[in-house]
Parts: sequence; structure tokens; C-alpha cells
Amino acid sequence: MILLMLLAPLPLRAEYGDVVLNKRAEKEGMRPVIFPHWFHRIRFRCKVCHFELGFKMRAGANDVLMSEIIDGKFCGMCHNDRIAWGPDRCDLCHSGKPGLKSGIYGGHSTGGPGKW
Amino acid sequence: MRSFLIRFLHAHRLRKWLGVVLLTLGVAASAVTVSHWLSLNQDDLHDPANPDIRLLQNPAEALSKLPPDAVGNQVNWVKALEQGYINPRTNIYPETKIRVLDKDVLMQKTGEMPMVLFPHKQHTKWLDCSNCHEELFKSKDGATPGLNMFAILQGEFCGRCHGAVSFPLTECNRCHSVPRTATGAPVKIP
Repeated sequence: MILLMLLAPLPLRAEYGDVVLNKRAEKEGMRPVIFPHWFHRIRFRCKVCHFELGFKMRAGANDVLMSEIIDGKFCGMCHNDRIAWGPDRCDLCHSGKPGLKSGIYGGHSTGGPGKW
Repeated sequence: MRSFLIRFLHAHRLRKWLGVVLLTLGVAASAVTVSHWLSLNQDDLHDPANPDIRLLQNPAEALSKLPPDAVGNQVNWVKALEQGYINPRTNIYPETKIRVLDKDVLMQKTGEMPMVLFPHKQHTKWLDCSNCHEELFKSKDGATPGLNMFAILQGEFCGRCHGAVSFPLTECNRCHSVPRTATGAPVKIP
């Protein structure tokens, strides 16, 4: 049992609160999306995205389509070439390594919720 | 041993090199213990082959300017907000009501651990009431079923955010801050 635990993969190193969105990105031939909480916390309170924009506070619970973003929903509320870069700048969001699973990743002192 | 040491310390050139070695080790040790952030092309998430990675800001550039913390992003976000280091927007839609509530909730069923004092103020400055109520927590005192440390550690309740985006659950005393007396009753908060 302990030997099996030794074989368990080490948690991936990331900045605390980094979210990987890969529900369909890689299947459609794009890199997974990396959403960095730290960058957005400096500029917005939690309630802006998690109350006004409708993002659920659970990685994997949100179904965000590129068409919705282009329509101005979800990320597209700000990523519209006016407040922040527009949806035509693919590689700035789709910046993840291939094979990443969706989820929220840890960093300093924890690997994310439920992982120590 | 003692005579060896005496001869060693009398040798000036050796003393000089010893000083250089100790200084290097000291600098290296402080570099390891001082907080640092991985740059994007060093972490396990970002693809270093992405040509646009050089356009993304590295965490150290922004986070090193904020009040430090030992854990999480290594930033004390509550302090950063209170002391004006950051001024994050409260709302995008003009009709959104901002609801900040100053109300402390004492959670006493913490076994022998100090009791938990939950401060609404620091939370409602960031979150809306509906982020927690009623889905995660019932408003009624004691009415939230299954609220215990095991569940929290698995990412439920407080663990939805603490351990994910806000400070991790390794910081016991930040929540468990109200000491118990010998009889188990809480110490009166002034």
C-alpha cells in the first residue's frame, strides 16, 4: 500500500489557484486553457466573476464555449479587445501543456483542494 | 583536533577562503528560504514552446509588490485590499448591489481545537452572499448538515475556496483562533 503511494505522481507545480480548462480544448486541437486567479484577483473581487458573470466555484463545473466568449459572455465580458485582449489572441489563454487534466492546481504548500 | 584548528585559523589564506565559502552558502540558504514564485516557463502547466508565453506576466513581477504571506500565492490578500495595495473592482454591472456584512459567527463544535470565529466582513468584501448561501452554508445557525473538518479538507464548505484560491488549510490558527478555557467555554472576545 505504501509502495503504491510512492508511485503516485507528484502534484504539478503551478501558481496557487491556477485553473486548467480542458473539457474540449485539446479535443478540438488547441492547448488547454490556463486561468490564473492571482492576476485577476488584483483587478476584480470574487463576486464579479462568481456572481455577476456566472462562473461556478468548482473547477470542471463550468461549460464555457468559444462562441459564448465571442458573444461577450463569461471570459468574453472583458476579453473583448476593449478591457483585455480579444478572443482572437488564442495562445494567450490556450497556453497549457498537452495532456493537462481540468482542475485547480496548487503551488506553495498545497496541491489544491483535497490534496496535501 | 584542537591544535589542527589553531593552525587552521592562523593560516590567513585559508581563513579568507573559509569566509568566501560561508558567505556563498549563506546567500544560497537565504535564496532558498526567501519566498519566490515560479516563472511561467518553469511551472508544470504552461507550454514553454508557446511563442506567446513571453507576453504573459510572471507572478513574481506583480506578487512581489504585495504584502507577503508564507502560504498560497505568498500574498496576504486581505491586507493587500485593506491597505490599498490593490483596488479590485466590486462590480461590472452598475445595478449589482454590493453587500458587505460585518458579523462574526462563533463555531464552537471544534472538539478540543480552539473555536472558529468566522468573520463575514473580510469575506463579503470579496464575495457575494449567494456565493455561500444557501448552497454551501445555511444562513441559520447550526443548520448546515455535514459541516466538519473532514469534509472541509476534501474541498467542501470552507475548503471550496480555502486550499484552492484563499489561504490553505495548513493554517489552522487563522480560523481556530478563539481559545477554550478549562471548562470548555470560549474566552470572551473584547
